[in-house]
Amino acid sequence: MHIPDGYLGPQTYLPLYGVSIGFWAIAQKKLKKQLSLKHVPYLAMAAAFSFLIMMFNIPIPGGTTGHAVGAGIIAILLGPWTAVLAVSVVLIIQALLFGDGGITAVGANCFNMAVVMPFVSYWIFKLIKGKTAGRPRLAVAAFLAGDLGLVVAALITAVEFGIQPLIATGVNGRPLYAPYPLSIAVPAMVLEHVFPFGIVEGFVTMLLLKYFLKHEPDLVYAVLDPSTNK
Amino acid sequence: MTRFQKKLWIGLLIMALLTPLGVLLPEKFKAEEAWGEWGAEKLEKLLGYVPEGLKKLTDFWKAPIPDYNFGGEGASMTLQAISYIASGLLGIGVCAFVVFMVSRFMAKHGK
Repeated sequence: MHIPDGYLGPQTYLPLYGVSIGFWAIAQKKLKKQLSLKHVPYLAMAAAFSFLIMMFNIPIPGGTTGHAVGAGIIAILLGPWTAVLAVSVVLIIQALLFGDGGITAVGANCFNMAVVMPFVSYWIFKLIKGKTAGRPRLAVAAFLAGDLGLVVAALITAVEFGIQPLIATGVNGRPLYAPYPLSIAVPAMVLEHVFPFGIVEGFVTMLLLKYFLKHEPDLVYAVLDPSTNK
Repeated sequence: MTRFQKKLWIGLLIMALLTPLGVLLPEKFKAEEAWGEWGAEKLEKLLGYVPEGLKKLTDFWKAPIPDYNFGGEGASMTLQAISYIASGLLGIGVCAFVVFMVSRFMAKHGK
């Protein structure tokens, strides 16, 4: 899901830089208010985790690969704004050091994987969890949060790809950037993230939540008392 | 560092040692890049041309360790696997350090 340089034109990547910078500014404000020192080591580990899980490329028929992102579980454990920070740093370092995702596309990639994904995952988790704290229900909530967070992020990425031929074509009518229209990009990206990548993300999210609830339940942001949970 | 945090770090290190799976499995099943992440050469094969704007931007940035691989394009699987572990360790080191410093700074000024 890491968009390389050249796949998005400036009409798309510049506004998405703006949007991501906006979210970084809000994240910085929110975290200054609510981040406590005891969470700092966990933030560092969250970033390390997200970096690593994205290296596990899973092959699928058709000759392509994909991977989980980890943004959903970070949002559930440490809060969505924390996930914005941790995953954005990871994506920027992946682009700068390893050429995974373009530099011009950093804004877009951060928006898709470090903003859309953690918030969708977090909302879905809260929605399904409701007011109860029964373990089976938390497990289902976590699975769907990870799964759907990734799928929605893939959908948004596909839309960014798919609108390129509509926005910019050369003199010969050929697309200037990502060449495939929405009708190809959306099904291709969404289907592979529904199965299998979303399932993987769902299981990872569910198992990690289970592990944290067992060993360090006071840490889990999304199941804390709602009054401390702004 | 608490005992629990130590345990988590050990888990992360084990994950880093397992990252070669991320190149070996795709190789085994003849899968290449993710959808929409093809290089210019592959696009030329897929489409018969390279989109003009894409051609201009594609080499916008030269990353020091492209594709987490120290060996370049013709690298052996062994070298790629070793590169993956080294990149994984380097990556988690840099990510953890940057996030630690940034969040440490923010938390200090908070409460």
